[in-house]
Amino acid sequence: MSEVPGLDTVTTALDTPDTPQPYAELGMAKDEYERVREILGRRPTSSELAIYSVMWSEHCSYKSSKVHLKQFGEKAPESDALLVGMGENAGVVDVGDGRAVTFKIESHNHPSYVEPHQGAATGVGGIVRDILTMGARPVAVMDALRFGPADADDTKRVLPGVVSGISFYGNCLGLPNIGGEIGFGAGYLANPLVNALCVGVMRHEDIKLAQAPGPGNKVVLFGSTTGPDGIGGASVLASASFDDESHAKRPSVQVGDPFMEKLLIECSLELYARDLVVGIQDLGAAGVSCATTELAAGGTGGMDIQLDRVPLRDPRLTPEEILMSESQERMMAVVEPAKMDEFLAICAKWQIVATEIGEVTEVTPEEAERGGRLVMTWHGETVVDMPPRTASDEGPVYQRPYARPAEQDALQADDAAALPRPADDAELRDQLLRVLGAPGVGDPTWVTQQYDSYVRGDTVVSAPHDAGMIRVSDDSHRGVALSTDGNGRYTRLDPYAGTQAAYAEAFRNVAATGARPLAVTNCLNFGSPEDPGVMWQFAEATRGLADACQSLGTPVTGGNVSFYNQTGDVAINPTPVIGVLGVIDDVRNRLRSAFDTDGATVFLLGETRAEFGGSAWADVVHGHLGGLPPRVDLAAEAALGEVLATAADRGLVTAAHDLSDGGLGVALAESALRGGRGVRVEVDGDAFTALFSESGARAAVAVLPEHADALRALAAEHDVPVAEIGAVGGDALVVTHPGGSVEVPLADLRTAYEATLPALMDGV
Amino acid sequence: MAARVGVVTFPGSLDDKDAARAVALAGAEPVALWHAEPDLKGVDAVVLPGGFSYGDYLRCGAIARFAPLMSELVPAARSGALPVLGICNGFQILCESHLLPGALTRNTSLRFLNRDQVLRVESTATAWTGDYTDGQEVLVVLKSGEGSYVADEETLDELEATGRVVVRYVGGNPNGSRRDIAGITNEHGNVVGLMPHPEHAVEALTGPSTDGLGFFTSILSHLATGTPVHA
Repeated sequence: MSEVPGLDTVTTALDTPDTPQPYAELGMAKDEYERVREILGRRPTSSELAIYSVMWSEHCSYKSSKVHLKQFGEKAPESDALLVGMGENAGVVDVGDGRAVTFKIESHNHPSYVEPHQGAATGVGGIVRDILTMGARPVAVMDALRFGPADADDTKRVLPGVVSGISFYGNCLGLPNIGGEIGFGAGYLANPLVNALCVGVMRHEDIKLAQAPGPGNKVVLFGSTTGPDGIGGASVLASASFDDESHAKRPSVQVGDPFMEKLLIECSLELYARDLVVGIQDLGAAGVSCATTELAAGGTGGMDIQLDRVPLRDPRLTPEEILMSESQERMMAVVEPAKMDEFLAICAKWQIVATEIGEVTEVTPEEAERGGRLVMTWHGETVVDMPPRTASDEGPVYQRPYARPAEQDALQADDAAALPRPADDAELRDQLLRVLGAPGVGDPTWVTQQYDSYVRGDTVVSAPHDAGMIRVSDDSHRGVALSTDGNGRYTRLDPYAGTQAAYAEAFRNVAATGARPLAVTNCLNFGSPEDPGVMWQFAEATRGLADACQSLGTPVTGGNVSFYNQTGDVAINPTPVIGVLGVIDDVRNRLRSAFDTDGATVFLLGETRAEFGGSAWADVVHGHLGGLPPRVDLAAEAALGEVLATAADRGLVTAAHDLSDGGLGVALAESALRGGRGVRVEVDGDAFTALFSESGARAAVAVLPEHADALRALAAEHDVPVAEIGAVGGDALVVTHPGGSVEVPLADLRTAYEATLPALMDGV
Repeated sequence: MAARVGVVTFPGSLDDKDAARAVALAGAEPVALWHAEPDLKGVDAVVLPGGFSYGDYLRCGAIARFAPLMSELVPAARSGALPVLGICNGFQILCESHLLPGALTRNTSLRFLNRDQVLRVESTATAWTGDYTDGQEVLVVLKSGEGSYVADEETLDELEATGRVVVRYVGGNPNGSRRDIAGITNEHGNVVGLMPHPEHAVEALTGPSTDGLGFFTSILSHLATGTPVHA
């Protein structure tokens, strides 16, 4: 028997093979539990069960999504730019001059519904640590958000909390928030989406990987102490000797300390700069379980850990709880013994607690074959003795059944083109203002003014423009641009095309700032994978994204899947959020969406078709969702992107704005408002289609008259349709069409565009 | 030889890199100063940058005040000898250190606010504003959650009467600051604190203007001429 009362050691497990274990309460299927017994050749200890249950969870193992996600690798286009691909904490892309960037987007949806402020804050914290772990300095963040209807009571709880959480954490870290998006829809009421993106910059030689090579090297835990926050299932495992009441009060949402994270960033970067770590891993989901199994599996396969050395903020924690705790702001490093003193001195300089908790060990060839050997002790008794690779890399993989939902045909047959259209110019004007002021279309300033966009002094473009852009360093003009986009309505109508449309929009947004798209990250937000209809959406979405990335030569570098975004049987509209990163050689050539030059000619690039399925107009004016989303033409997107980037290089355009939600009408209104100038345009044919269609591969650009011919020639060279539609000037948006005209003074546009969110959130 | 301007990094300082860049763009040599070392390294002037020193725990700036470096800085600043500019969190630290009167409290909106902000320069008789003209309007960046300047009426009257209000908000009070005060100075004019960020308006590419550069060129002019302010 164990010296520690209630401790479930390996010896105990061997002595009591038939003790019932709460695997089901921990979310494990019976056959998964049986497989653990098979791997170990005995029943797992409760600590081992804790490790397997979290590492094999959907969130950590991607067991339902893996078979689909592997397409991103199989269909990955040839790219010289990719330095580190999928599978690490984040992908790394070469941006030239010996510099690389790493970027990734991740969800924190469920915690943000339970406790919006801390849920969103720790979402930012987690993705920032992923980027830091790659060896990069985090330099900017973005966020993609979805909420229930803007006028719903609970949205007034969730939205301000989420925004304050992102603001609190990101601002306190000193990371500029350079953009993102916000959307609303009924399905998100109890399933808000909080997807946070971080981008980091490093030199090629600074890339760090999660690995633990070199027997005898020390394993060091540094950062915050470990507490009982974020422990979901661990209390199920806790021994009866614990005070049950104290457990019941423990929060399952983690609490963030951005000050600690700021110190951890500076400390880690100094450790990297002095070459004091050979392997590093952040502690996110699954905490110590994840960091130890992944580091060991990525190295020799062997590691000894003394769990009782983990510094605790609550001394009552059990080994199982320590293994499952998701306390924030913690990192694990592998350090050569000779460098330990210097390592600890740097940590002390930044007032960071650092504790040696174990070391890397040799494994025998037989042990290596089994998946390595991770041993953990608790006050001298062995509580874990398992092959780490079986937890980190060899989890269950499911081919979940999927089937196109029966109602999909009816949904697609319900064509938005049949909806009543504005009868006259007065209605056209009215509907334009309604769409412009809709919560997901209108001015996001209520949100974005809570974020610091300026800190670090390298922000070249930020919200509300099409993408965010930063200068990668002071001594170079090189920059990277990023955009995240997703459209749940499109994806609901056609998951394959809708996902490609989201990708295309992000691609276009990046190009509209003058950058050339290079690589992709994604956050795939879906309902339950156990629903065959949802799984079909997921299969179609991943196939669509993989095909699109292959087609346009932008590899997927990493991402995240969030399942179970549903209430009862009702899933959210599938919402893959796609992040595209692009590079610009000279940030001084960057483009923004403000039409700020009087007399500039306005051109429309691309082809407009009568496409209203899933459009903002159908949603806002008719509350309608049906038909097919706009057709995606990837070749046209690539050609448009090349025209925009080349036009920026050559200084041919003064502003560019992509056309997406709401179509041309909204784009012109936004560019006019941002430039503080009117726009007068003339459209051929049907004004309604011209203003509200959401056909892809389009952008509006403002061009000085002396460059108009050059722009036309450039567009022709790339087979991009180009039409001169008007000019910048005056103090109104004026749209003339064969049947009449619509005129809206800037002041009216401004009221419609800006008033919505403040009115809903502050009641003003 | 270029003037040497120190930029202090506390744990949680964020705009230290930006302040150093502004110092360099103005033509001075930025010198990194570390909170834990009571050594001013012979600098000619010091910037206390923005950020969340010590996580803003307890009160903004309350802990930074006790940093070892401050034991050197405070007496030199109080005597009028050492020019010090406190920006945002730096302003809060100057108030907590009693180098400047009053305090900064939560914005009346109770939310962080980031916006481009017009200021009117009310006093050019300081070490940090001599290159501006009286009444000049400048466009800089305001980004803070606890930027509402408060002081008792007597103090406010005295600041006004002695010309120690340095910059005032124009075009709407963004945070509830008394009398639209955005920045103030001490009786010698060597210590200036302001809530908005002039260091984020020094490059056309990244800022709303380059108006903020004046703070950093002003200190160079001041050091070059050796003009005592408010002598």
